Amino acid sequence: MKTVNQPVQKKDAMQLLGGQPVYVNDLAPEECLIVKLLRSPHPNALIAEIDTEAAQRAAGIEAVYTWKDVPQDGVRFTLAGQTWPEPSPQDRLLLDRHVRFVGDPVAIVAGRNERCVDRALRMIKVKYEVLDAVLDFRTAKDHPVLVHPEENWEALCDVGADNKRNLCARDADQKGDVDAVLATCDVVLERAYHTKACQQTMMEPFGAFCSIDTYGRLHIVSSTQIVFHCRRIVAKALGIPKSKIRVEKPRIGGGFGAKQTAVMEIYPAFVTWKTKKTSKLIFSRKECMTASSPRHEMEMQVRIGAMKNGHIRAIDLYTLSNTGAYGEHGPTTVGLSAHKSISLYGKLDAFRFESDVVYTNRMSAGAYRGYGATQGIYAVETAVNELAEQLGMDPIRLREQNIVREGDTMMAYYGEPNTSCALDRCIARVKEMIGWDEKYPCRDMGNGKVRGVGIGLAMQGSGISGVDVGSAALKVNDEGFYTLRIGAADMGTGCDTILAQIAAEVLECSVDEVTVFGADTDASPYDSGSYASSTTFVTGKAVEYAATELREKICALGARMLGCEAQAVSFDGERVLCELDGRSVSRAEIASASQCGNTIALESSYTHSCPTSPPPFMAGAAEVEVDLETGETQVIQYVAAVDCGTPVNPNLARVQAEGGILQGIGMTLTENITYNQDGKVLENSLMQYKIPTRQDIGHIRVEFESSYEKLGPFGAKSIGEVVINTPLPAVTAAIHNACGVWFRELPITPEKIVLGQMEKRKIST
Amino acid sequence: MQLTLHLNGIPICEEIAPDTLLLDFLRAHGCKSVKRGCETSNCGLCTVFLDGRPILSCSFLAARADGHAVTTLEGLQEEAKEFTAFIADQGAEQCGFCNPGFVMNALALFRENSDPDETEIKEYLAGNLCRCSGYEGQLRGIKNFLEWKKRGGAS
Ligand code: FES
Ligand code: FES
Repeated sequence: MKTVNQPVQKKDAMQLLGGQPVYVNDLAPEECLIVKLLRSPHPNALIAEIDTEAAQRAAGIEAVYTWKDVPQDGVRFTLAGQTWPEPSPQDRLLLDRHVRFVGDPVAIVAGRNERCVDRALRMIKVKYEVLDAVLDFRTAKDHPVLVHPEENWEALCDVGADNKRNLCARDADQKGDVDAVLATCDVVLERAYHTKACQQTMMEPFGAFCSIDTYGRLHIVSSTQIVFHCRRIVAKALGIPKSKIRVEKPRIGGGFGAKQTAVMEIYPAFVTWKTKKTSKLIFSRKECMTASSPRHEMEMQVRIGAMKNGHIRAIDLYTLSNTGAYGEHGPTTVGLSAHKSISLYGKLDAFRFESDVVYTNRMSAGAYRGYGATQGIYAVETAVNELAEQLGMDPIRLREQNIVREGDTMMAYYGEPNTSCALDRCIARVKEMIGWDEKYPCRDMGNGKVRGVGIGLAMQGSGISGVDVGSAALKVNDEGFYTLRIGAADMGTGCDTILAQIAAEVLECSVDEVTVFGADTDASPYDSGSYASSTTFVTGKAVEYAATELREKICALGARMLGCEAQAVSFDGERVLCELDGRSVSRAEIASASQCGNTIALESSYTHSCPTSPPPFMAGAAEVEVDLETGETQVIQYVAAVDCGTPVNPNLARVQAEGGILQGIGMTLTENITYNQDGKVLENSLMQYKIPTRQDIGHIRVEFESSYEKLGPFGAKSIGEVVINTPLPAVTAAIHNACGVWFRELPITPEKIVLGQMEKRKIST
Repeated sequence: MQLTLHLNGIPICEEIAPDTLLLDFLRAHGCKSVKRGCETSNCGLCTVFLDGRPILSCSFLAARADGHAVTTLEGLQEEAKEFTAFIADQGAEQCGFCNPGFVMNALALFRENSDPDETEIKEYLAGNLCRCSGYEGQLRGIKNFLEWKKRGGAS
């Protein structure tokens, strides 16, 4: 392979590093209305009275909107970026008289500048009828207080949702008789694990600007991963035809799933549609932290059964997921907590998975890299580590004996076959990289500090089986350079470059000769969007097919120019050659000919979807130093071996992995979410919400142990999400091995470690 | 009030509201490389130079820059390019949103210390958050750049 599997520079690298104006807020016109939201201070309340008169009359104010401007009995919608009909319940209105979390929008204000809008926000007088709130997700199901008592709440898919029980979804799945198998196991371990509603914390806040274009249509430029879903969502929210809307994304300053929910586009869209004036809304960091789309808080009860010889025979998992005030991604995230954790183990006689997803009066959750798998893998992998301890076995040995292998059928993974898997090699590699045999379980450093090591495995998917659609359109331009049009969104992942590499590989040209355009609902071929680890695998395959088709067209036109049959020519990327007499025409000549008296379109487009979702696999190991006195914990090194099939661009895959790993470490050690009794998030800034800095990590080392996935482009699977999952169990185990305590709620803060130590001492005396 | 300063070498004199933040002033003057990532001086995205030294423009009143020289990445394109090529070679720029602030602070580090070790690098850049890269690729790029510099900057 000439360009695939090569570490080519990202196409936009030097522009981004040079600070060029390519993001939403850089591109928004200077003259535009500033949009801001007045937000509820109560977790559950009805707006009894709202007086906007003074605000409306204030200098510079263009418009103020409240629930009175929105039909309250209208159709509800969801902001989740998912294929229609969305599994997430339709539970939102643009502005609702009933506010359901601290931060729920109460009014939209648009004005000439920040200053006057801020002033007007303070002039709006609201009287709330404060209602009892459901804040603890453990008590939410069948709670007397309903988060969504309204009659026009609607679930379009059969996901077990019931608003009269505070249920956003409910599911059950099993193979074999779990209880019977567990009854015959030598060891049965039962544990509960808890993870919080962590924030994606992409550096670019949510933002969009809107204008009315030449044709009177609404033009939205948004930092979004999902241009097509966004168009549908806005159309439904505003009650206007989709044909009246165009959504475009410029460069995106990070997404990690946050921007797979149309968190804020509807507000400026509404303002511009009403006023016919250009408007923009850029979230503050505080809004990003308090009214966005974080990870679903989950509590997982695991029962795991094994024989004394180490054979893991059954896993029983119950997941309780907190979707918050609205159901975005609630029904779909929870399943992954089982599908992507239980399926790591290939020798099970039975498994069972049950789940409840509940509404509470907290900020709505959404999609965050890992999408439920992260939580489930933390629980199941930690349970396996605990099991190893109980069996007196090395946790790596226990895994070698039980992991899923290539060729296995994965019963908890929709019964899909494991078509490509180097998990065994990943484990062996990681064991060697970290020096497991010398370091396991721990080493006393002699200064009150102990270093422990721990391991975790992970898998994810590559797109959503039989649902995700990826498309690519390619054309030849003068001089013979190519344009690739996509609907997938490069949010820093480098997919523009990766997809161009795939096209270049097929077309036998350099990556520079393929320019990339995306994504714009008017111009791009349909793509579900960049989420669910789908872009390389699904859209990448579409690019491969489109490029193959384009080659044929180039040959056809070349053959016509040479006056011979299409079957008689070959194309080496530069020239079309007549095999019979050796005459040839260059790509540039063909391109010119295509623009004069030509009837063969040098364009191709291809739409792809895959019935299965071949999982990428990964093993990760942490070496952690714990100060037993202060509880201070530092990850000295984190090593990982990833099987993402063929890494299309090893550099970009490596950086993806390193970034994902550090996010996982942050979630394990420092990223906390706490609510006060009034339902307010306390971590509402980067001051309180501690994402890792470069001083918080020793070193991360990533290597690839590639399998070859025949269904993917050039053997590739996904990489984007799997990488966040292993640190949670690996670091948790390393801390246990250093200090002797299992922590079953994240993050594991120094306070918890110190308290855990004291507890341990109490028990042993 | 009236503000007089040099922005990327060009003199500016104009009326501003006294509470204007330097960040907003700079963006309004076309320096879109200056990003806002927080309201609490935690992210480093808004880093610019005041008389050659790095400051956080989000927590700095424009008025305080009166009589001083402010430099943004727009004014340092050549100096930056030499370094950023090494970051690009790692693919460590990812989403790019943190890059301008990071690049500015890295340049400040190199100006102050031509041979920083790993601890010094991490310490100096600790205030520059990046959510995409895990920092490791940035570190590799910095080290390769310093190596290259030491060898006399020839390829
Ligand atoms: S914007 Fe975050 S530190 Fe200045
Ligand atoms: S590259 Fe995205 S935040 Fe640093």
